Amino acid sequence: MITQTKRYPPRWSVLTIGVAMGLALAAWAPVRAADEATEALSPSARDWSFSGPLGVFDRAALQRGYQLYREVCSACHSLEFIAFRNLADPGGPEFSEEAVKALAAEHSVQDGPDEFGEMFDRPGRLSDYLPSPYLNNNEARAANGGSLPPDLSVIIKARTNGPNYLYALLTGYEDPPADFELADMMNYNPYFSGRQIAMAPQLFEGIVEYSDGTEASVAQMAKDLVQFLTWTAEPKLEERKALAMPVLIYMLILTILLYASYKRIWRDVDHD
Amino acid sequence: MAHASTYKPRSGFARWLDSRLPIMRLAHDSFVDFPTPKNLNYWWTFGGILSVCLVILIVSGVALSMHYTPHADFAFASVEHIMRDVNYGWLLRYMHANSSSMFFLAVYIHMLRGLYYGSYKEPREVLWILGVMLFILMIASAFLGYVLPWGQMSFWAATVITNLFGVIPFIGDEVLAWLWGGFGVDGPTLNRFYSLHYLLAFLIAGVVVLHIWALHVPGNNNPKGIDVKGPQDTIPFHPYYTVKDGFALGVFLIVLALLIFYAPNILGHPDNYIPADPLTTPEHIVPEWYFLPFYAILRAVPDILFIPAKTAGVIAMLLAIFTLFLLPWLDSSKVRSARYRPLFKQFFWIFVIACVALGWAGSQSPEGMALLVARISTLYYFAFFWVIMPLLGVIETPKSVPDSISKPVLGSGSAAASGTSG
Ligand code: HEC
Ligand code: HEM
Repeated sequence: MITQTKRYPPRWSVLTIGVAMGLALAAWAPVRAADEATEALSPSARDWSFSGPLGVFDRAALQRGYQLYREVCSACHSLEFIAFRNLADPGGPEFSEEAVKALAAEHSVQDGPDEFGEMFDRPGRLSDYLPSPYLNNNEARAANGGSLPPDLSVIIKARTNGPNYLYALLTGYEDPPADFELADMMNYNPYFSGRQIAMAPQLFEGIVEYSDGTEASVAQMAKDLVQFLTWTAEPKLEERKALAMPVLIYMLILTILLYASYKRIWRDVDHD
Repeated sequence: MAHASTYKPRSGFARWLDSRLPIMRLAHDSFVDFPTPKNLNYWWTFGGILSVCLVILIVSGVALSMHYTPHADFAFASVEHIMRDVNYGWLLRYMHANSSSMFFLAVYIHMLRGLYYGSYKEPREVLWILGVMLFILMIASAFLGYVLPWGQMSFWAATVITNLFGVIPFIGDEVLAWLWGGFGVDGPTLNRFYSLHYLLAFLIAGVVVLHIWALHVPGNNNPKGIDVKGPQDTIPFHPYYTVKDGFALGVFLIVLALLIFYAPNILGHPDNYIPADPLTTPEHIVPEWYFLPFYAILRAVPDILFIPAKTAGVIAMLLAIFTLFLLPWLDSSKVRSARYRPLFKQFFWIFVIACVALGWAGSQSPEGMALLVARISTLYYFAFFWVIMPLLGVIETPKSVPDSISKPVLGSGSAAASGTSG
């Protein structure tokens, strides 16, 4: 058995040395000057209907966002994980099935081979995926001065702070500072990494005529696109959040019952 | 603590089975009437939590594998297919990814618990060693699993980590080509990583069985770090610890559910939603959060004499993990619990701070302040195990240790009865 003796170093000694070392370090830290000219700005936070535990998409915004994608962005960007049928899915833009069938039928899709071994074109169906603007990445680059317009299906999840970033990117184009060296065919956008982006500004007041009559201001269009592309990235967002509450409530009740049982079972046990 | 079996078969069939394969007896003696110290605190609930995590990971993983395609051209798309077209596929995937994060959180707590209460000391050395083996298997499995979605971080993490094998003298390049199945991370690499990821999960499950077997021979340690002296010190595992573990598990699962349902991607890296592209290197290649401390050690080490920094870093990182195997013999103190080790307790908390600092440093690029923090913390990490642990047992005067779990410390402790019974 070990018996107690008086002398051991006071308990604060080691900790004090540690803290002192930490402070010394902090004071000594070399301050790294950020490269102000090319470092991207961080986008400011905005309120989105889909954030928060009860968040859902704004259905009308999703529909407008799809219209914008179709009329503007789809000239350069694919949406390869989205099929026409998804546009009618619950939790998405929820176009009517007839409307989506009509949309799909506007495109012609190569199918085949038929019984003679020939490929043939037919009108698009619900199960077809949205058509890509280019045959392959090489063609996409060739058409865009060497830069690749990325697929937009999961772009919101592929960028830090995705929704706010996309909003800032789409609305953030401005004239470069006088001393900024902008490369050929490039556009100045302080939110893009390196601050120069191959995509020219896309949103201009009134560039689309919204079928629901909403005024197509730049801010409005950017918001609609953020809604739409958040849905393409996370089509089960509403299903996920709807399932969350019952699961959590169930877990909470179960845990409270377990705690009560624990207290009861242990009530006579003398422990510390 | 081996104890007499109290199992009583309750039916004809149970008796019949018991005399042929006493598996119900084993279960009863291990998880129902297993004498357990009555003073275990909540830090002891993490073993059970880990076991449940492993089950969640295996079940969700098996379901995911029914829809996943381990091919460089289709892997990314097949994961999106799971997220979009498979019923509750999003739930399976978010469950698997976030459970593996929480698995590591739990294992770190579990290991620090062992460190704090001296659970690795005689007679639990084998138990500890099996634990370290589990930890290494977990690291391997998590690394392999992270490659499967074939995003940018998957690809580049695989590239960075496999390249570490290139430091092996003379045959490094051959080993690399053998690991990759080619001249770089590519389809064949993905395919074998998938096979191994699946395999390792079951190896882990097997070692967990050994781990629990090795626990049930000496029995649990406890917060006082003293041996069980008799039946007055213990209570049966069931219902006392099943209910306590159950409650802690409930809290843990609520946290897990909050992650899965409300912030499923918060612990992941956005770059992993960009399909793998061997021609574009991400700006910063960072591993998952739970590897950051080791990543920091890897990059903290400078050239040492004739050993280039990269080789030295790999050696340091491996040493940081393998040192854990030797812990039972590096610690020279006879007292188990930090409760009675005033000096050790302080060094322990600094160790925890150093690990967190390493984690932070690992998330930064290795320069300036981050590099400095990484270097100092690395030095402390090794000093803690190789210098402080061996020395403390000699220079530290422990506080008086109680005689038994059920008896409080009386006065200076020396007046207490010898406390042996049973
Ligand atoms: C004329 C072709 C073109 C059109 C139309 C177009 N883009 Fe782009 N976009 C590009 C190119 C090219 C890039 C690659 C930019 C680069 O890498 O510098 C790009 C990049 C992007 C990016 C990725 C930015 C990043 O962080 O890497 C997003 C997001 C984006 N576009 C959204 C849109 C949206 C939304 C629309 C519709 C309003 C749209 N684009 C319309 C050509 C286009
Ligand atoms: C797959 C991961 C693991 C699982 C499922 C697991 C499971 C368990 C369980 C169920 C227990 C008993 C309950 C408890 O004391 O918390 C336990 C105890 C223990 N584990 Fe683990 N473990 C794992 C990993 C590890 C690792 C990585 C280590 C250390 C390197 C470790 C070290 C220990 C020790 C020392 C004990 C005994 C503590 C005591 O005496 O009470 N385990 N483990």
